Amino acid sequence: MQEMSIGTFLWTTLGAFLTLCIFSFLYRDNPFYKLAEHLVVGVSAGYFVIILWHNGLQPNLFNRLNDGNFYLLWLNSAAPWYMIPALLGVMMWTRFSRKWSWISRWPIAMYMGIAAGVAVPLEMKNRVNLQIYSAMTDIDWGNFFGGSLINSASGLSQLIIFLGTIAALFYFFFSKEHTGVFKGLARFGIWILMVGFGASFGYTVMGRISLFVQRIQYVGDWTKVAWSGISGTYTLVWFITFGIFALLAVYEFIQFMARRKKEA
Amino acid sequence: MKRQIPLLLVLVFGIFMIFQYFVPHESSEWIYEFFLDWIYIIGIFALALGIWSLIRVSYDKIKYKKPNWQYAVITLAGLFAMILFGFDYGRHFFSAEGLSNYMFRAFFDYILIPIQATMFSLLAFFIASAAYRAFRARSLLATLLLVSALVVMLRFNPYFGPIGPYLEQTASWLLNVPNLAAKRAIIIGIGLGMVATALKVILGIERAYLGKD
Amino acid sequence: MNIFDRMMSLDRRWVFLFVALVCVITYLIPFSIKINITPEVKSIYDHVESLKAGDYILLAIDYDPNALAELHPMTYAIAEQAFRKELKVIFVTLSQNGPGMADQAIRDISDSLRLEKTYNGITYPARQLINGKDYVFLGYKPYPALVILGMGQNFRLPFPSDYYGTPLDSIPMMKGVLNYDQIKCVIDFAAGNVADMWISYGQGRYNFPLALGMTGVMGADYYPYLNSGQVFGLMGGLLGAAQYESLADNPGPAIDGMRIQLYAHIVIILFILMGNIGFLVTRRKKQV
Repeated sequence: MQEMSIGTFLWTTLGAFLTLCIFSFLYRDNPFYKLAEHLVVGVSAGYFVIILWHNGLQPNLFNRLNDGNFYLLWLNSAAPWYMIPALLGVMMWTRFSRKWSWISRWPIAMYMGIAAGVAVPLEMKNRVNLQIYSAMTDIDWGNFFGGSLINSASGLSQLIIFLGTIAALFYFFFSKEHTGVFKGLARFGIWILMVGFGASFGYTVMGRISLFVQRIQYVGDWTKVAWSGISGTYTLVWFITFGIFALLAVYEFIQFMARRKKEA
Repeated sequence: MKRQIPLLLVLVFGIFMIFQYFVPHESSEWIYEFFLDWIYIIGIFALALGIWSLIRVSYDKIKYKKPNWQYAVITLAGLFAMILFGFDYGRHFFSAEGLSNYMFRAFFDYILIPIQATMFSLLAFFIASAAYRAFRARSLLATLLLVSALVVMLRFNPYFGPIGPYLEQTASWLLNVPNLAAKRAIIIGIGLGMVATALKVILGIERAYLGKD
Repeated sequence: MNIFDRMMSLDRRWVFLFVALVCVITYLIPFSIKINITPEVKSIYDHVESLKAGDYILLAIDYDPNALAELHPMTYAIAEQAFRKELKVIFVTLSQNGPGMADQAIRDISDSLRLEKTYNGITYPARQLINGKDYVFLGYKPYPALVILGMGQNFRLPFPSDYYGTPLDSIPMMKGVLNYDQIKCVIDFAAGNVADMWISYGQGRYNFPLALGMTGVMGADYYPYLNSGQVFGLMGGLLGAAQYESLADNPGPAIDGMRIQLYAHIVIILFILMGNIGFLVTRRKKQV
């Protein structure tokens, strides 16, 4: 980290600055946040244009047609049939016209047909059938208690998985009134579901915090390099950066005072 | 004409794709590969629509001086800068040199990554305050939710001494037994829903994707 | 308003401030916590470890910068392990901003491999990674489900050229590599439902061994697939990444981050407890 080149250091400084711009939103919406937000929308759209060109149209379409001639609409190339998807693709662009937008339905229909067609057998097999098969395992009666209640491999746990799946499915099944035994089953189902949602929530908290942790590490690493620069080669950079932040702080203070005056 | 042909296309392509899965004959594989090959190209054209609409919205904002139009200038500047770098300042349109362009990579690494990563990290704060305000042991069900979340959050905590291993085991049991049952039920439900929707699309019962008129 | 009411209705900015402060302070104090290994992570490590030099694996970098905190450490640890073991790695990305993530990861891992390093007691010599010989980066295509299906027929179908524009047929490493049949395992680093697509359309149709590295948000949702054998391993969130880093003896940002994570969790749990104590006391008072 310490032997960063000056160019990399400047870029990292920009990254740290933009990070702080976004964090300033926690206080309230402000011009720095808006600047960063709009910048990223543009940059990511531009990035996507380039990726779609160099990783999409270029290899999948133009390279296959490039032995043909433009003025013959590439129909004299070795693979002229690639003009068909290109034409269908261009038909998508009629979407913006009120009069011609019906033309865009053809390629959309083709896409929907293909996507729906591949989904039917594969989703049925992999989400439904295989999950049902593996719910129907032999319960290990010989090792029913498995030594402790929290043994995932015990027969009891297998039974809970089996009954829990049925109960949770039943909870969403409204064609049969939830009374008598079915009431108990649905009740067990919602317990199981709640434990599942709790686990997901616990994991979600962990996931969100990790994102913040990584940003601390990023800014922290930058500060370490910048700090070492006070006595080293980065003196000027450090002072300029510090200057920018100081100016921002002053700006924010003036804004704050102006607002207070207004409110008063 | 405007509706029938698309509906017919969906039906034909849908039935063919289902058929293809069960009959992997050489000629059906050949057609299958052909369609897949085509659909990538159509898809790329479709995605270009989104970019075009972003440019149009930003341009209108600037043209009519709508509130905060200055920020639209920044958006467009970022967009065109990326395009310029991606074509290696116009030197390479038809080869991928631009993807290794210094500025192209730097803009991604030091502008796009920090901003996007930080925007999502704001959620850390919102989930913390949501957890504080929503997690109340109001009823048995809420308590189950709360306890299960706490166990998952605490499982790697080293400060529990001798209880630690049990906590870890409980968390593992929770994830592998009740959580598994709940998620399995949800997966089966989603799977059935997806198959039903796909069939509705193929058979022309679900037509929302065609739009109005 | 008494103290218990106040405990229940603290302004959310106090929560923000405490979480932020605790995280920053923990970052500044260096210490480490022990990471316990779970079997679902270990099975991924063991699988990669069991492969021989020259075997092919496919790493799917299906995440944008917003999930980098959790998934980048996994990618780095697994790719480093694979390259040190001289496996051939095929990178692919099905996420919009994924190409940049993969590009960055490949550059960083190449730099790391230029040094001699010791992992789990074995010293690996320095090595220069060569694009096209040691790894291939296929690049990005939209519509993940159809791309996964296409790769099952032939990699050249969705990817006639790699990310850098070289035709796949002229890449030495891809000679004789047609589809998943030549790949020993696929590890998908997923932020979002692309993981479902790898399960349904990839593993479900072409039967290759599949493991998932997931964000924390998805962490609890894929256990049924582990139980049914559709995936052979799961890594969830930063904890999963930290487990992998410690298995691979390659400590990185995930292990470093876990101590901050620990204290953030403690703060959040204390807030939850505080809210609940306030709630229970006020409820009892109301009942009386």
